[in-house]
Amino acid sequence: MMTISHSNPQSADSRTGSQAEQPIILLDKVNKWYGDFHVLKNVDLAVRKGERIVICGPSGSGKSTLIRCVNRLEEHQGGTILVDGVELNDNTKNIGHIRREVGMCFQHFNLFPHMTILENLIFAPIWVRKMPRAEAVETAMHYLNRVNIAEQAHKYPGQLSGGQQQRVAIARSLCMAPKIMLFDEPTSALDPEMIKEVLDVMAELAEEGMTMLCVTHEMGFAKSVADRVIFMDGGEIVEQNTPTEFFDNPQVDRTQAFLSQILHN
Amino acid sequence: MTIIFQPSPDQPAPPTQRGVIKWLRDHFFSSVKNTILTFLGVGIILAIIPPLLDWFVLNATFVGNADECRAAGGACWSFVQAQFRLFMIGSYPQELAWRPIAAGLLLLALFIATARQLMPGKVAVVFWLLLPLPIYWLVGGGFGLESVDTSKWGGLLLTLVLSVVGILVSVPLGILLALGRRSNIKLIKGLCIALIETVRGVPLVTILFMASIMLPLFLPSGMEIGILYRVQIGIILFSSAYIAEVVRGGLQGVESGQSEAAASLGLHPWVTMLFIILPQALTKVLPPLIGRCIALLKDTSLVIVVGLLDFLGISKAASQDPEWLGFDAEAFVFCALIYWILCFGLSRYGNSLEKRGYAAYR
Repeated sequence: MMTISHSNPQSADSRTGSQAEQPIILLDKVNKWYGDFHVLKNVDLAVRKGERIVICGPSGSGKSTLIRCVNRLEEHQGGTILVDGVELNDNTKNIGHIRREVGMCFQHFNLFPHMTILENLIFAPIWVRKMPRAEAVETAMHYLNRVNIAEQAHKYPGQLSGGQQQRVAIARSLCMAPKIMLFDEPTSALDPEMIKEVLDVMAELAEEGMTMLCVTHEMGFAKSVADRVIFMDGGEIVEQNTPTEFFDNPQVDRTQAFLSQILHN
Repeated sequence: MTIIFQPSPDQPAPPTQRGVIKWLRDHFFSSVKNTILTFLGVGIILAIIPPLLDWFVLNATFVGNADECRAAGGACWSFVQAQFRLFMIGSYPQELAWRPIAAGLLLLALFIATARQLMPGKVAVVFWLLLPLPIYWLVGGGFGLESVDTSKWGGLLLTLVLSVVGILVSVPLGILLALGRRSNIKLIKGLCIALIETVRGVPLVTILFMASIMLPLFLPSGMEIGILYRVQIGIILFSSAYIAEVVRGGLQGVESGQSEAAASLGLHPWVTMLFIILPQALTKVLPPLIGRCIALLKDTSLVIVVGLLDFLGISKAASQDPEWLGFDAEAFVFCALIYWILCFGLSRYGNSLEKRGYAAYR
């Protein structure tokens, strides 16, 4: 369906972990509360450049909160988060820097409904990267071509199917040339027949060496694409392993129970 | 083996289920009660329409003086013609009447230019925000134009100046108040809440009285603001407090995902508010926003309590002209008709804006 133009040679190295480089995302003893509810408990996580991580777990386990902390859509209250070597704190400059480098896709796409697809894609590059309009349009069309919906550029989001909208949302993030992509249940709001087209785009992105954190229940995707699967429950990382080990040989009871439930369906 | 799905052809509805007779029976004679109501309704219409027709048209006088009107017994439309200038501009000097007309044409030109998108949106917004200045300059004079004392402004002219300038200023001010109310800065938030809630807790008449009687007491001696300007400020404050709440409702109606998506792209909160959140919020609240504008237009008739003769006030005054005594009904019917045309026009315009706004969401 899609042609893969080039793949990043670095990704092979980083996957084997042979490079002793600094992690691109580093979470150290991160804690967060919603009122009295302890939603993240001492979460430690290091993500290497080019690594693709799938985070799963029951609802309310804190997995969405965790990735939303990485671009500070949620504020953490304890511990440190370093992204691309910059610490996330109240400093708005730091937040701005990190948000420029970290793209995000949401469960409900969150396209801007009053703008055309093309306007959705060029808005941030023009305002944030100060890119000339013509160049922004060129970049936008490049990514729309890559997600196979260039012909929809002048339609409004409401005129597209869910799968198309999610692909536009991915393209919108890519227009900012991010170093990291966060996916917050990108296929949960889609009709079954549209899930594949979105996963295909994500798999291709992974192929090219993008650093990815995906909250998803698509276990097929996790098996074929992820370098590491993380299982969260009750605000903690309960277990993490390579996909093969994770699915074939889960260590913890809670993981086994969770897997038996979702794989049963 | 493959089975090909073949839909069976559509069939026409049975004869009793279509046609005029079916429609009449369904709508007017579907039960004994409805049949009685139908005849009652027809009776009432027959009782009301002929006398109204007599008064409005058949016995009405279109050309002639007051005595001829009284003799004919119907409506006296020649009275409206005779007092037309009074209705339109009050005691505004006739030889300067071109100036309010020019202001009206300016408004119309800007309206057409905006509707046809003859200029970029940003430029149009700036022009609309500045429009109150040339309106007041053209009508009131100064800076090279002979000045006309505000006490002479009246009639439809006064109503239109108060409401057009009122709408043009109170919509942006209301948006600012709504944004201020959501501000993280406590001082700004507190001030906005205080202003909105104070104004909403007080009737417009009270605000107009305050503007007319109390305000001069607080001003330093020697400094004087004309009553018209004070009333205009009062109307703007009143209207913007209500508009602020309408806009706030719209802001709350925009999903949080929108600002999250904008934040994740690194957009500045102000850019997000101006280009992502506000356009969606305003589209959502267009119907109540137009409603507020219509209310403002009609509320201007309350300025009569501080002695200004707006369109309604002048209608009353016109029928007290010794030459034309006793034609109040004609004055008020004419007045109501013009108000209705203005309000209905605004309402239709709002509808068309709404359709255009929602087109993007389809």
